[in-house]
Amino acid sequence: MLDSYGTEAQERVGFFTDTSVCIGCKACEVACKEWNLVPEDGLVWTGESYDNTSELGANTWRHVAFVEQNEPLHGDREVDALRWLMSSDVCKHCTHAACLDVCPTGSLFRTEFGTVVVQEDICNGCGYCVPACPFGVIDKRHLPRRDAPALPLITKQEDGRVWKCTLCYDRLKGGHEPACAKACPTESIQFGPLDDLRERADERLAKLQAEDWNGARLYGRDPDDGVGGFGAFFLLLDEPEVYGLPPDPVVTTRDLPGMYRSAAIAAGAVVLGVVAAFVGGSR
Amino acid sequence: MGSNMAENHPVGFQWVMEARERGARIFHVDPRFTRTSAMCTDWIRIRAGSDIAFLGGVVNYILGHERWFDEYVKHYTNAPVIIDEEFQDTEDLDGFFSGWDPEKGKYDVSTWQYAGMEAHGAAGQREEGFEPTKGEGSGHGGHSGGLEHGEPPEEDPTLQHPRCVFQLLKKHFARYTPELVAETCGCSVEQFVDYCEAICEASGRERTGAFCYAVGWTQHTVGVQYIRTATIIQQLLGNIGRPGGGILALRGHASIQGSTDIPTLYNILPGYLPMPHTETYGDFESYMEANTSPTGFWGNFKSYWVSLMKAYFGEHATPRNDWLFKHLPRIDDDNSAYWTALQMLDGTVKGYIIAGENPAVGNTNSRLHRLALAKLDWLVVRDVVEIESASFWYDSPEIESGELVTGDIATEVFFLPAAAHTEKDGSFTNTQRLLQFHWQATEPKGDCRSDLWFYFHLGRLIKQKLADSEEERDTLIKALRWDYPTHSAIQEPDAESVLQEVSGREVETGVFLDGYTSLKDDGSTLCGCWIYSGCFKDGINQTARKKPLWEQDYVAAEWAWAWPDNRRLLYNRASADPDGKPWSERKKYVWWDAEKGEWTGLDTPDFEKDKEPGYVPPDDAEAQDAIAGDHPFIMQADGRAWLFVPHGLEDGPLPTHYEPQESPFENSLYSQRANPRRQQFERPENPYAAPGSEVYPYVATTYRLTEHHTAGGMTRTVPYLSELQPAMFCEVSPELAKETGLEHGGWATIYSARTAIEARVLVTDRIPPLEVQGRRVHQIGLPYHWGTRGLTTGDAANDLDHIALDPNVHIQESKAFSVGIVPGRRPRGPALPRFVEELRKRAG
Repeated sequence: MLDSYGTEAQERVGFFTDTSVCIGCKACEVACKEWNLVPEDGLVWTGESYDNTSELGANTWRHVAFVEQNEPLHGDREVDALRWLMSSDVCKHCTHAACLDVCPTGSLFRTEFGTVVVQEDICNGCGYCVPACPFGVIDKRHLPRRDAPALPLITKQEDGRVWKCTLCYDRLKGGHEPACAKACPTESIQFGPLDDLRERADERLAKLQAEDWNGARLYGRDPDDGVGGFGAFFLLLDEPEVYGLPPDPVVTTRDLPGMYRSAAIAAGAVVLGVVAAFVGGSR
Repeated sequence: MGSNMAENHPVGFQWVMEARERGARIFHVDPRFTRTSAMCTDWIRIRAGSDIAFLGGVVNYILGHERWFDEYVKHYTNAPVIIDEEFQDTEDLDGFFSGWDPEKGKYDVSTWQYAGMEAHGAAGQREEGFEPTKGEGSGHGGHSGGLEHGEPPEEDPTLQHPRCVFQLLKKHFARYTPELVAETCGCSVEQFVDYCEAICEASGRERTGAFCYAVGWTQHTVGVQYIRTATIIQQLLGNIGRPGGGILALRGHASIQGSTDIPTLYNILPGYLPMPHTETYGDFESYMEANTSPTGFWGNFKSYWVSLMKAYFGEHATPRNDWLFKHLPRIDDDNSAYWTALQMLDGTVKGYIIAGENPAVGNTNSRLHRLALAKLDWLVVRDVVEIESASFWYDSPEIESGELVTGDIATEVFFLPAAAHTEKDGSFTNTQRLLQFHWQATEPKGDCRSDLWFYFHLGRLIKQKLADSEEERDTLIKALRWDYPTHSAIQEPDAESVLQEVSGREVETGVFLDGYTSLKDDGSTLCGCWIYSGCFKDGINQTARKKPLWEQDYVAAEWAWAWPDNRRLLYNRASADPDGKPWSERKKYVWWDAEKGEWTGLDTPDFEKDKEPGYVPPDDAEAQDAIAGDHPFIMQADGRAWLFVPHGLEDGPLPTHYEPQESPFENSLYSQRANPRRQQFERPENPYAAPGSEVYPYVATTYRLTEHHTAGGMTRTVPYLSELQPAMFCEVSPELAKETGLEHGGWATIYSARTAIEARVLVTDRIPPLEVQGRRVHQIGLPYHWGTRGLTTGDAANDLDHIALDPNVHIQESKAFSVGIVPGRRPRGPALPRFVEELRKRAG
């Protein structure tokens, strides 16, 4: 994955977000915005439990979901069976990242840490990456631009470029952990080498299952899944859909080579057909 | 209980999560299922305002099932002490203790004393003019007890005497059965018993358990007694002074602990030394006599007090002028914040300085506070932003309703911008009594200045103006030592130089003191706060130490500095048995090393280092020398923890379940409904709903959200926080929503006898209805962060609440009061007061 970096390649790092200890304080959301200068994007009260952020987007790189359920956290107790699931979502930094595949300018790139980052001075706002992401993470910023445009291509007021979590690329370069992980008071957001995190997650899952936690599972840990495993994966306490996550995400460019092949064959057939028609017609 | 720790103390809550991960059972007992409940192993719903019934039930369970920690109780608490034969319990007098004076509305506490003690008399509440007798007179943890030497006159070590504390306790709580608890609190009997069992298991030689509480316990008309009930449980279970035990008062702000230690309170001087009173302590001798306990560490009162005067007044304070005692300011009444607001309303208080507070949003019956501010001649507000308390004269609900007219308000308002904590040096004192120093990160902008800068330069200018004054009243100002060095272009005073004075020095040599045991009563030492003495020991800022925990020991003794004497756990002598041995290997903390003849352990022992466990005080012993070697509670006159409090409390020696000022229910236990000693202020601006009123049938409770801080001045102005909780809302159950026609996401008007507010509706199963006294009651949750200013605005929940106070600490009852609710937005303009008035008429 990082062969092209040669000696500059680093161990692949990522997040393990353990939602069983998330207290829903949203410190990750605030720390992320503070560090990365992500703008506030609307004072809208949603009524969706305590979630007034709603989803990830150009101006939200960490989003804490709140899910109220009439089910017990452990076992099958019936008295006052309530649980309030909280989970801090983030860009998955996929092993096979479609956003990166479709980017025509090379603005999206894979860093020496194995993370996926947008270079804002190169992004031309084409938006191909937006539908390519199976999670709806990457998004165009429909807010006024703050800095002077780097390229004359985008001169209108609206920013128009795409933005998402960089896994705090600048902090990693300086040897620091990402802002959200640093701010998390309960170590729900754990940062580190991906292999270590996977090991830790397996142990954690085994513990929770032994303690009879309902619905505990890992999400995005498996390198054989549709995106080759997440760089930022999760321990959830229910089906991914409950948290607004796709159950079985697949890299949207998975079928592209095949599609190109089919298209090439079809195009070839058309050419052959036309040639045949002409050849035949000359008779 | 009484706290929403995950939401309001998320950083401290990480340790609760660690405990859960290590197998601890964590209970959250609360009216709402909050983010804290979601993280705990168990949640028990209760009715807001019923905690004493619940905790009293636990006391009864412990006693009824013989689950107390016998050795601890017999040796370390006042369980064996026999009480005056005249004492009568609430069980005898249907909700009153003996000594009730219906005319004064107060207790005469003489019958609550230990039997056989010569000195009877009133105690506490110095401010209201009681004449204290020898060795009494403090509200703080028993400065004394009138004991001639450390032992109470009459005791029964078998705990069988009918008038011993243990038996009185049994009798007092006998009717607090699980069934009564369930009926009063609205929880189930099974849940309650399960809770009791878990609590009892966290006791004994091998195990401990802790309570965490916050203002959910404090803010009631019987708030102090809520906490008292927990102290009884923890004493019975042997959970004080031991690792993993305790009652943890979670603070709502980074330095609330600091602001009581070095107080912003009206009735104490630094280190909990009582403020002189006009009537009580007319002269120096009676002040000293009243506050110096013959036994226990308060026997050194004079050393602490004289050192404070030397810190204040230097060479001007001498033994010949009684250290300037007669010039000190006096208090003459309650003088608390609420009382002062009422005096403003009456026109007797003319000027007011508000710093770090926003009464127009944060105090109960906020409307009354705004009306009061409008009566002032002048008002100074120092804050980081222009808060509602500064803008009331042109932007408030009363301006909107026409009750106040800007042009008619004569108050001259001075708004002085304050520096944030990042813009100044200083220390925070957290809930663990840990002083943590922080350094300035950036210069304050524009005219923003630190509190230290403001008060230092204000003092300097006043001193300059009065330099030539011959008036006697200016003596103290002229005598004040006020020579802190300054730095930077704005002449910021050096915060460390203030901390050095707080820590204390020898007057002659300027040598830094090691701690409070070095303080002298002859004027040879100066110390700004005796409990903080030693925080600059050896000339090193001990509070700035930041050695990480992985580089040091179990108690992290080199991280910052804990008062007193860098002791991380108070009364830790109790972590060893009476002979000085650890109760168990697993729970060892501080113990007696017989070979070396000293106390040692993992923490600084909270006991005189060389006092043997078998030490028996001679008859003529004084101060700490009068405390026996097996009595760990060294600040108490008898060295024991008090299950029964003979004096120091206004409303009873034992906690009793009373209903809140406003409640839909009668008292399940007594015909006396509410705390008879509570402070009420019945007046047109502060009407109360009648108990059981059908117009205001629901129990309201106010609280904070993680995303905002108290009255919102610091957070409603920050975009990143405002977007996370951008509107005032109320939490109601689906059943209540159905019953009243409320729609999720719509608007509701919530009204009380005071006024009406509006809020968005959040329908949630997290605030379920309860079965109490055989009928269903609904609760309504109201975050109290909003006001008219900032990026996100909304009505203030505290507008709804009344002023009725706890008699010991004068705190308001924010956590349980009566309201009604209807769908839709509230009336605007003059229609609002009309709407409220019509409801009041309907209520009668």
